[in-house]
Amino acid sequence: MGKWTRRGFIGAGLLGGGALVVGVAIRPGQRAPELAPFVADGDETLVNAFVKIDANNHITAIVAHSEMGQGAQTALTQMLADEMDADWDNVSFMEAPAEDGYANGPMARGFILPDPQIPKVLIPTLDGALQKVSEMIHLQITGGSTSIRATGVFGMRVAGAAAREMLMTAAAETWQVPLAELTTENSHILHAASNKRAPYAEFAEQAASYTPPNDPTLKTPDQFKIMGTSRPRRDIPAKVDGTAQFGMDASVEGMKYATIMAAPVFGATLESVDDSAARAMPGVVDVVTLDDAVAVVADGYWQAKQALAKVKPTWSRTDNDLQSTQGIFEQFDRDLRAARDSGESNDDLSIGDADAVIAGAGNVIERSYRVPYLAHSCMEPMNALAHVTDQGCEIWTGSQNPLGFRYSVADALEIDAEQVTFHNFQMGGGFGRRATPDYAIQAAKISRASGHPVKLIWSREEDVRHDHYRPAFTSTFRAVLADNGKPEAWDNLYVDKHEPAEAPHIPYAVPHQKVHYIDSKTHVPFGPWRSVDHSQHGFFTESFIDELAYEAGQDPYQYRRSLLSDQPRLLKVLDETAAKADWDTPLGPNRGRGISLQQSFGSIVGEVVEVTVDGSDVSVDRVVVVVDAGYAVSPDGMVAQMESGVVYGLSAALHGEINIEQGQVVEGNFDTYSALRMNEMPVIETHIINSLEAWGGAGEPGTPGIAPALTNAIFAATGKRIRELPLSRFELDSLA
Amino acid sequence: MVTLQVNGKTMEVDVSPDTPLLWVIRENLEMTGTKFGCGIAQCGACTVHLDGSPVRSCSLPVSVAQGRSVTTIEGLADGDTLHPVQQAWIDHQVPQCGYCQSGQIMSAAALLARNANPSDAEIDGAMSGNICRCGMYSRIKDAIKTAASGVQVFEPAQEVQNG
Repeated sequence: MGKWTRRGFIGAGLLGGGALVVGVAIRPGQRAPELAPFVADGDETLVNAFVKIDANNHITAIVAHSEMGQGAQTALTQMLADEMDADWDNVSFMEAPAEDGYANGPMARGFILPDPQIPKVLIPTLDGALQKVSEMIHLQITGGSTSIRATGVFGMRVAGAAAREMLMTAAAETWQVPLAELTTENSHILHAASNKRAPYAEFAEQAASYTPPNDPTLKTPDQFKIMGTSRPRRDIPAKVDGTAQFGMDASVEGMKYATIMAAPVFGATLESVDDSAARAMPGVVDVVTLDDAVAVVADGYWQAKQALAKVKPTWSRTDNDLQSTQGIFEQFDRDLRAARDSGESNDDLSIGDADAVIAGAGNVIERSYRVPYLAHSCMEPMNALAHVTDQGCEIWTGSQNPLGFRYSVADALEIDAEQVTFHNFQMGGGFGRRATPDYAIQAAKISRASGHPVKLIWSREEDVRHDHYRPAFTSTFRAVLADNGKPEAWDNLYVDKHEPAEAPHIPYAVPHQKVHYIDSKTHVPFGPWRSVDHSQHGFFTESFIDELAYEAGQDPYQYRRSLLSDQPRLLKVLDETAAKADWDTPLGPNRGRGISLQQSFGSIVGEVVEVTVDGSDVSVDRVVVVVDAGYAVSPDGMVAQMESGVVYGLSAALHGEINIEQGQVVEGNFDTYSALRMNEMPVIETHIINSLEAWGGAGEPGTPGIAPALTNAIFAATGKRIRELPLSRFELDSLA
Repeated sequence: MVTLQVNGKTMEVDVSPDTPLLWVIRENLEMTGTKFGCGIAQCGACTVHLDGSPVRSCSLPVSVAQGRSVTTIEGLADGDTLHPVQQAWIDHQVPQCGYCQSGQIMSAAALLARNANPSDAEIDGAMSGNICRCGMYSRIKDAIKTAASGVQVFEPAQEVQNG
C-alpha cells in the first residue's frame, strides 16, 4: 500500500491528547472571506470556516461529514453549539460543500487511491501527528469512526469556542467595556454591569473581520449544556414522511435511467457485445460499453433492466476464471504453512521471545480460525446521477467522501476537478462502501457516452456482486500456558493486513508475543467494512483467549480479568460488562453466556451474549454492551450506534458469507445474502461509561466483539467451538 | 394507459402493464418516498398499501393496482398531522440511515390497522419481511407499541457513569 493510505490517516493522527492539539482546527489566518461564497447567502455572516450567523441570530454549523444514519451531523453541531453557548433551538447545520476550502483535495485522494501522487511540497507539512489531525479535518472522509473524535474534538469544538471569543471581542469593542466583564448565554452576549444584552448577530460582521484564535478556551465537561445530552436528531423528521432525499431520489430535467452489468469475474474486460435485441426493446435509448461493463440507458429503470437481460456480452478470460472460495482458503493455508516452515513473515508486533518459549514447551495449543468475504449490502443499492456536457460534469449521489469522489470523477473523465460539481446526498447506508467512487465514475461515463443526464441504478444483485469486500481471512495461533494457566507465549500468524494497524493486538498481559502476517493476494477487491480489520481480528483473538481460559480450566471472564491488572480502563469496562450481564448467575440447560472485550477506534467495548441452543437452532436472547468512548456527546446516539454495530456484526456472524465460484460471486440478493431480521433480534442493553479519557468513536466499535461473544456463548452452552463464520455453515447437532 | 388511485387522487400513467408499481410511483408519479431495495420482495423497502394491505410494490405489476386504492408514505399523514406510527418513529428516534423506514412505517401502519394491540410475536410476524441494515429493530418494535397504546414509553439513554 502507498504511503498515504486510509490506514495511515486513520491509524496515525489521533494520538495526541487534548490540549496539545487544540487549535489545529482553524488554519492560520481568516479563511471566511474566501469560503463565504460557497456557504453564506443574503444576510448570513460567516464568522469562521465552520459557523455562520444570520440577521435573526440563527446559527448554522458547517459540517464536513456526510450523513448515513450515524447521527454525526447533529452530534457535531451539538459540539459547536455548546462551545459557542448557542441557543440550541435556533441552531441548524448544513453539510460542507465538496470544495477544496472544506477539505484538502490531494489528501482526500490519498484516502481512497491505492498509490496516489502526493505533491512533494505537501509531505513535510504532513509530518507529525498534529498536522495529520489537522489535515484530517479538512478531508471529507466519513469513516474510521472519526467524526466526533477528530472533526468534533479538534474542529467543531474549537471553531465554536473561537466564534464565541470573536463575538465577545467585537462586543467589547462596540460597547467599550472590558472583555473580561462579558458573559454569554443562549446566543446572546451580556454585560451585567451596564445591563446590556444583545444577540450574537449584532456582532457577527465585526467578529468575522478578526483572525480566529487557534487556542480558544474550551469548556470542561462540567460546563457542558448541550454535549452529553440526547438531542433529537435533526435528520429524522424527513425520514418518517418520505421527504428525505437520498442519491436514489435525485432528478434533473431530461434525465434517463441506466442499469449496468459489470464483468462477473473481477479483472475481466468486455471484449464484445451483441446488443441488437436490447436496442429493440421499448424505451431503450442507448447501450453503452465501458472497459469492464455494459449498461443500458432507457426511459425508465424497469425498461433498462429488462433490456439489460437481453444483452449478450463476451468477457475476456482471466487467470481467475476457475477460482473458488475453497481454492482461496486452500491458498491461505498453503501460504501460512510455507511461512511457518520458512519462518518468513511480516512483523506486526513482537514482545519477548515467543518462538523460543514455544520451541521449548511440551504442550503448545494450536488453533486456526477463518472468516468469509462480506458485502456491505447497504439498503440503498449503489446509484448516481451524472450529467456530462462540454462544459464539465455534474454529479448527484451519496458519498462518504464527496471531495474525493469529485477528484476521482475528474480523473476518470480526464477533465479538471474545477469542472466537476458534486452534490452530496444522504446515504441509505454506507458502512464503508460509499467511500469507493466506482458507481459515480460509471454514471459519468455513461452520461458522456449517451449524451443524456443519466441516473445509474445498480440492481441488488449487481450491488452484492460488485462490492469492495471485507476480505476472507485465516488466522492461526499457537500458545503456551504457564503452570498457573496464564498465557506465557502468544503467536498469531494471519493472512493480510489492512487497517487499523493495531487491530490484531491484544490488551492482555502475555510476556512473549509474536504477531505476524503474510500477504496472500486474491482477485477479490478490498473495501473497508464497518470496523475494517477489527471485524475479523476481534473474532480471532477473543475466541482464542476464550479457548485458553477453558484450557486453563478457568472462567473466561476471570481469566481475561487476571490479564488486565495494568489496564484499569479496560478492566473497568470488562467488570461492568460482567456485572450488568449477571455473569455469575447460572443459566438453565442449553443456555450459555460468552464475553468479549475489544478496543477499537479509540473506544473500549465489552459485550456479553446469552444464547439458547436447541439442537442446531441458536437463539440469541440478550446482548449486554458496555462502552467507554471517553465521553458520549449524544448518549442516545451512542446507544443507537452500539445497537447498530452489534446487529451489523451479528448479521454477519449468523448469516454473512460471500462465496466465489468460477471466479464470480455466488450470492446475489437478500434471499442468498441474508440479513438479520426482526424475528432474530436479541434484546440489547447498552451502558455508557464516561471515563473522560480521550474521546473515541462510536460507529464501528460495537461491531468486532459480537461474533466472538456469540461463539463463546455457544461453547458455554454446548461445548462446541465455532472457529469459522458464519454460523449458518454448520449444523451444530452434527459437530463434534 | 393505466389508471391508478394513489393517496386519494386518480392518476393516469402511460406504462407497460407489467411495470412494477414501485417504478411507476417513483418515476412516473415522481413520489420518491417509496424505496427500491431488492426488486424481489425480500427487503420490504418498497412497501405500500393496496386497499389497506401491505404489498411489495417492486414485485407487483402496475396492472394489478388498476382501479384499486394505493397509499404511499406520502399519503400516510392526515394533512400536517403525522400518523401515530410516524410520530412514534420520531419519539423513539428510530431511523438511522432512514432508507428502509418508509417501508417499515407502511408495514407497521398496516399491522396496527388490523390489530390495534399486537403481541411481540405478532409484531415479529408482520415486520420480519422488512430489513433494516442499520439494525434498529428494537426501536421499531418499541415504537409500534407506543403507536398502538398512544402512551410514550421511550426513555432516552441518560444512564451514564462518570468513571
